[in-house]
Amino acid sequence: MSLERSDAANAQVPARGHRGKGASLGFMLKKHKTLYLLMLPGILYYILFKYVPMYGLIIAFQNFSIGRGILGSKFVGLQHFIDFFVNTPDAWKLIRNTVMLNVYDLLFRFPAPIILALLFHEIRSRKFKRFVQSVSYLPHFLSTVVIAGIMVTFLSQQTGIINHLLSWLGFERTLFLGQPEWFRTIYVGSEIWQTVGWGTILYLAAIAGVDPTLYEAAKIDGANRFQQMRHVTLVGMIPVMIILFVLTLGHFMEIGFQKIILLYNPMTYETADVLNTFIYRRGILSADFSFATAVGLFQSVIGFVLVVAANRVVKKFSDTSLW
Amino acid sequence: MKIKESFGSRLFDAVNIFLMIVLVIVMVYPLVYVFSASISDNAMVMSGRVVLWPRAVTLAAYERLVGNPDLWISYWNTIRYTAVQTFLSLLVTSAMAYPLAKRWLPGRRLILLLAAFTLMFGGGMIPTFLVVQKLGLLDTMWAIVLPSLVSTWYLFIMRTFFEGLPEELEDAATIDGCGTVQVFLRIVLPLSLPVLVSIGLFTAVNQWNSFFDALLYLNDRGMYPLQIMLRNIIIAGSNVQGEGNTDYIETLKYAMITIATVPILCVYPFVQKYFVQGAMIGGIKG
Repeated sequence: MSLERSDAANAQVPARGHRGKGASLGFMLKKHKTLYLLMLPGILYYILFKYVPMYGLIIAFQNFSIGRGILGSKFVGLQHFIDFFVNTPDAWKLIRNTVMLNVYDLLFRFPAPIILALLFHEIRSRKFKRFVQSVSYLPHFLSTVVIAGIMVTFLSQQTGIINHLLSWLGFERTLFLGQPEWFRTIYVGSEIWQTVGWGTILYLAAIAGVDPTLYEAAKIDGANRFQQMRHVTLVGMIPVMIILFVLTLGHFMEIGFQKIILLYNPMTYETADVLNTFIYRRGILSADFSFATAVGLFQSVIGFVLVVAANRVVKKFSDTSLW
Repeated sequence: MKIKESFGSRLFDAVNIFLMIVLVIVMVYPLVYVFSASISDNAMVMSGRVVLWPRAVTLAAYERLVGNPDLWISYWNTIRYTAVQTFLSLLVTSAMAYPLAKRWLPGRRLILLLAAFTLMFGGGMIPTFLVVQKLGLLDTMWAIVLPSLVSTWYLFIMRTFFEGLPEELEDAATIDGCGTVQVFLRIVLPLSLPVLVSIGLFTAVNQWNSFFDALLYLNDRGMYPLQIMLRNIIIAGSNVQGEGNTDYIETLKYAMITIATVPILCVYPFVQKYFVQGAMIGGIKG
């Protein structure tokens, strides 16, 4: 997003149909009335569903009740935050699980499409390549519920195909979805299955943009195929990797919680319960609005800090950044 | 270049093709299994005698589901939520993106910044829920359609696309007497068809597949979309056959997955091109 740059450039260009800096707001609104009217529904959307909820974060510092509303509810300062960090025995576990699922995600799910894109690129037959690509995109279009449903039915201890296979091979049947030590593997595994193919699209686009003369030059320098892969193809993908890395960090705090809600159960809370699932249970199911909002605010602030920090670090070490 | 390939290079090709075949199997097997299981005999599935191909083929599970009015209600709900949201979303997003593409429009920068900020920070689940509740939208279609109506990514993609359209065309239309709205509807939108189709498809698939907003905002069974129905049958294990009847308990689940997935898989080959295009235009994960 080159928001900043393009706007800075525009400032220099004499504006079309624009009376200059001195024009009053009222004049501008009138002059471009139709344009502003076109934007109105969209702006209302942002106000109602994005900015009003931000204002609603105030209830994190109140004992909010629906009857009294935001203006009438009692202000309690940081009490809910103290409640969470000091008096909630699970607080540490929730934070640890959120972080660990992200670590797994970055270690295993993130590199998968990079490797696959490299392999796709090396396929010689164009037809075969296109076929494999199309097939690998398929899972991306399945819903979270379908993926979770497949996991639940396939992993079922008594009737699932995975356990049937295990028992034929002489292993014990395992209640995979009831064991905390399996949860992260199941979660990340299903994520890889669903996203690896689709994830290659941007990398393949980056590869297509690599200057072919670089390969020629590498060949002349005596680089073999693997060296070309490493030093030309892989290097060509770095900008996309950086952007996707920052974007992934942007979702750090809400890591796939919709899928977690479908896959977890009290037996696996030990590793599966993350901040967002906790917020859902406390806020929606138990209607503990203020407390859940406080936890949510903590989560949002950390998420915000992470993206800004990641973008800053990336900017410092390379030309690529999100803004 | 006809130099003889090195042994290592040819070995790599062979390994690569092998890996790709494994990949195809891994991607397709679960779907084939789900379908095979859905048309097999329940006992065969439960005891693991269905591995790849269906055994003792029967449509009993589908008959049960087809005879269940809840399925049709939820199917209809999903269709109308998807259609209404896709239409409104394209309309509102493009109408907002068009003025934002006018570089000389005062206030443009502020609006863009405020929109971009929502990508990084938001009120979160509970305050949004309270807004939806306060607006009286709970248990209505609008609770599903409105809270996710405009995607900031799509807004920016459209704006970038509109910026790239030749201004001469719009100027010519204005000289011919078209007003701003007419220029937008008759010139800009028809020229932007590829981007509208891509974004429309993404919005539609997203809505078709989504379940969480419905879980949050809908309590009325009559309003449930397909995905919630699917979740209740497979994950929460609710029994659509009535208490105690477990004749088709496993095959029903597979049949339900198939029913929810088939529409997407049917249109997939025809629209894949647009999806890939869309993913490229946006430079984002769909």
